[in-house]
Amino acid sequence: MSAAGKIDSGKLARELVTPEGVDLRIVLADAGERISAFLLDVLFIVLMLVALTLGMLGAALATGFVAAEFFGIIWILGFFFLRVFYFTAFEVTPRAATWGKRIVGIRVASRDGGALTADAIFARNAMRELELFLPLSFLVAQKEVVDAWIYLLATVWCGVFVLFPLFNRDRLRIGDIVAGTWVVRVPKRLLGRDLLDRPESSQLTFTKEQVDAYGIKELSVLEDVLRHGHAETIHAVAGRIRHKIGMAHDRSLDGEFLQAYYKALRARLETRMLFGRRKADKFDKTP
Amino acid sequence: MEQLTLKSHRFRAEREADWRRLEDLLDRFEKSRGSSLSDDEVVAIPVLYRSALSSLSTARAVSLDQNLIAYLESLCTRAYYCVYGTRSTVAERIVRFLVRDWPLSVQELWRETIVSGALGLLATFTAYFLVRANSAWFYDFIPGGLAEGRDPGASTAALRETLFKSYGADGLGAFSSFLFTHNAQISLLAFALGFAACLPTAFLIFDNGLMLGAFFAVYAAHGLGFDLGGWLFIHGVTELFAVTLAGAAGFRIGWALAFPGAQSRIDAIKDAGRVAANVMVGVVIMLMFAGLLEGFGRQLITNTFARYGVAIATGIVWFGYFYVYRPGRQA
Repeated sequence: MSAAGKIDSGKLARELVTPEGVDLRIVLADAGERISAFLLDVLFIVLMLVALTLGMLGAALATGFVAAEFFGIIWILGFFFLRVFYFTAFEVTPRAATWGKRIVGIRVASRDGGALTADAIFARNAMRELELFLPLSFLVAQKEVVDAWIYLLATVWCGVFVLFPLFNRDRLRIGDIVAGTWVVRVPKRLLGRDLLDRPESSQLTFTKEQVDAYGIKELSVLEDVLRHGHAETIHAVAGRIRHKIGMAHDRSLDGEFLQAYYKALRARLETRMLFGRRKADKFDKTP
Repeated sequence: MEQLTLKSHRFRAEREADWRRLEDLLDRFEKSRGSSLSDDEVVAIPVLYRSALSSLSTARAVSLDQNLIAYLESLCTRAYYCVYGTRSTVAERIVRFLVRDWPLSVQELWRETIVSGALGLLATFTAYFLVRANSAWFYDFIPGGLAEGRDPGASTAALRETLFKSYGADGLGAFSSFLFTHNAQISLLAFALGFAACLPTAFLIFDNGLMLGAFFAVYAAHGLGFDLGGWLFIHGVTELFAVTLAGAAGFRIGWALAFPGAQSRIDAIKDAGRVAANVMVGVVIMLMFAGLLEGFGRQLITNTFARYGVAIATGIVWFGYFYVYRPGRQA
């Protein structure tokens, strides 16, 4: 996780203490993720509808309309089940996520941390009638039929439900409230290699003052820099660190220097941490 | 080689294989719902999960490797949802729903069901007497397109034909599936609208009752009331019951929203939502039956007494299942 990602997730971080007593520090999905996942799902539904329509038409044509009624039934039921059960069917699986949510890296979870039940999933998706389909059918309704002020009131009324997630801390839809669920991030993280494993060629050593120049915050920035391995950034960061710790004259390569300094800094900070003295950042002056 | 003695480095080297194994098992579990895992592997997941959790606590205490901690957090979260998520199979859940959850939830909503049913009946009688007194009321209750000539101006013969015309089996399947999807969507809407403090749900139920009453008045004026009853109730017992339950489910949510009682509002709505959702799944199933009865049963059975027979039979079945049958509360 990048340092920037950690900072902006602060407001959406929630405590989830497992029965074993460990806080998993889950992060809720923000509005942007929810919307992108939803739009992806709409796209998939539309694609499946088109495929269903073409498939049934093709089948009816191929059989010379002998069994046209049968294909008609499949089409009507298929349309209904896609509309009502697309979300439900995906969310009752162990991943608790539709295709759109999987792509974005989020899933549905029970707010109390317990098991996610099928009735909760059904409830949260049945509420889409109110949040989505009612405003939609209202939008395509004949505007000439109703008075302008009724139209205005109805727009406001629909707006309350559609925009509801933007106005609460947990980004809950109406469906989430009724079902007792919320949507959390489950990014799939890969375990990178331990940066201490890199082959070491330089024999740089650092004094105690030099490794005390930075704290944990800077260490994690340094970790990001090393993991990304972007040459220009490495050069710039190495220059800054050399200047700060007064090692302008060594002849090592930038990458090797940063590697060696990362090891020394991490060793120093971890040792301090084991003795209960965390050094949060370079301004932290606790001995 | 001094770096190798770093505790966080040794810690990771010792446990990494277990984490990888858990990750692999989780991948396969999520892909196949566990059917591709052997018994040993299924048993291994909780064990590996607890060891990963302990790794996470340790890592937070000894390691400053951000990537490692983020990886362990995501691994543990995934494993947590796998271990503490639902473990029952789909078949078990369906059986449990039919045997326990559905009838119990309907029983729990008995007050709302009475209110919802009374509201529908009130609307039906209101419309019936208003239209009998002055047939001009009919046009206020029925939207133009729905009447299809079945209005007060129609002749007795024309009305009789709408009740007893036999369409044959052709096209009935498509007709009944259309009716089912239409009714199911209206019911879901009645349920969802409950969130807006019951009023829109009440309006929907009332409106439905008004239409019913208005049609009855038109046919009754021509002495066809009894025959209309057969035409309507053969599927209507199931359908109207389902609509009433959908209204009841909506009322339960709206009531919890307006009057949460001792609980916090958000908890009250959540509890109401669980019960109401069970009822709504049942409503969709009932409407599927109603669609079949309406599409096939009504068009194929054209004898009024036979129609009433089917209606009474369905009524007994639903009532018995919901209110007489008492599954144990602990199962």
